[in-house]
Amino acid sequence: MKRVVITGAGTINAIGKTVPETLEAMREGRCGIAEVETRDLDRLGVRIGGQVKGFEPEAMFNRQQMALYDRFTQFTLTAAREAIAQSGLEFRGELAARAGVVLGTAGGGVHTWDENYRTVYEEGKNRVHPFVVPKLMNNAAASHVSMAYNLKGPSFTVSTACASSNHAMAQAFQMVRLGMSEAMVTGGSESMLCFGGIKAWEGLRVMSKDGCRPFSATRNGMVQGEGAGVFVFEEYEHAKARGAEILAEVAGFAMTSDASDIVMPSAQGAARAMEGALADAKLPKEAVGYINAHGTGTAANDKTECAAVADVFGTHADDLMISSTKSMHGHLIGGTGAVELLACIMALRDSVIAPTIGYEEFDPECALDVVPNEAREARVDVALSNAFAFGGLNAVLALKRV
Amino acid sequence: MTVRDKVIEIIAEQAMLETSDVTMESTPEDLGIDSLGLVESIFAIEEAFDISIPFNANDPSESDFDISSVGRIVAGIEKLIAEQKS
Repeated sequence: MKRVVITGAGTINAIGKTVPETLEAMREGRCGIAEVETRDLDRLGVRIGGQVKGFEPEAMFNRQQMALYDRFTQFTLTAAREAIAQSGLEFRGELAARAGVVLGTAGGGVHTWDENYRTVYEEGKNRVHPFVVPKLMNNAAASHVSMAYNLKGPSFTVSTACASSNHAMAQAFQMVRLGMSEAMVTGGSESMLCFGGIKAWEGLRVMSKDGCRPFSATRNGMVQGEGAGVFVFEEYEHAKARGAEILAEVAGFAMTSDASDIVMPSAQGAARAMEGALADAKLPKEAVGYINAHGTGTAANDKTECAAVADVFGTHADDLMISSTKSMHGHLIGGTGAVELLACIMALRDSVIAPTIGYEEFDPECALDVVPNEAREARVDVALSNAFAFGGLNAVLALKRV
Repeated sequence: MTVRDKVIEIIAEQAMLETSDVTMESTPEDLGIDSLGLVESIFAIEEAFDISIPFNANDPSESDFDISSVGRIVAGIEKLIAEQKS
């Protein structure tokens, strides 16, 4: 089996429009959650989100592109551009024929659904723009990345709610590891911060109206974010031979299904995924220095996740750090694992642990080192990135310092 | 603005050309408008004139709407406006 490394990273999210900006915000513990800018805000009960502000797609894309790109595709292309530029790869010939793009999204073109439902239901119009379908489809972002960068190998979109990106990156990892491709573009994106997207989440009554405070006894729900994270996963020898800068190694992954409840998380399912990722990476539990938590800030997730970590790591659970960067960028739903992978890369590469901001009060059910409020310097050799989705679908990636 | 001028404006915008580059003899191919671009132009024209154009992208030649040149498109639209507004 081949070794797989990350040679490019790109993002856009509420705390940064590039990877350096995002990592700086994480180091500083900056919060990107604020009142959302959307129409009919007065009809929403939940009015905060980790929204990408000051993003000007018209400056990046021409009129014809704009007609085809939903906001989730715009985010994806923005992040992909940064990641592929950093990797220095040009996809031509045999490399292009085998390289593909696997992305995660939960909702796909939610803005496009929202706008066009308005057109036909609210405004009563009987005609919609001809590109509604190619704009809203969940694979639109992956397809546009493939077209922009000549990626002609296996390309598709994975949709497993909040674990979409981790499932997608697990697929890309597997393809490079098995030698199917020398390089894969992977990650995910989401953009549900429109009236209908917020209203749908509001209905579930798990959203906070005032902030995301993972692991804190005062937490009162999750906060939606939006954006994208995209990476280049490359075969180690291929990357080394061309002198590429290696950000981290993807060492293993595991996916499990709780097979129990459509929304309630299971500590067992989460624990099996973390154990599985370490077994797959052939790494001992004691090697893990940092876990980027799923850490949504809901009562159920955070205590279940902490119980799972305690269960898997035993006494070592007290020696490792676990933080939730959702406190800063919000929950990017299907894109969340991709943006959060950046915190793992920062831990491994820069020895900086992103904090869990908004932490106010100790919760005995979350009695782990959650790196409260301030980033910390610490050398980490192995990091896990957790994603536990509605539907009980869990995906955990194990990363290693190179 | 006449029907002709409005259609030229829509087609020029779609083709990313100046209106002066669009003549009555131009075909969509001449102007670099592909099938998706044509569908989008038809939509824009329908919106502009509040008409419904019988255009089938599966087989444009089988449609009751002639798109072989800008002039034919303008003529077709004028006819549709007359029919649908009467």
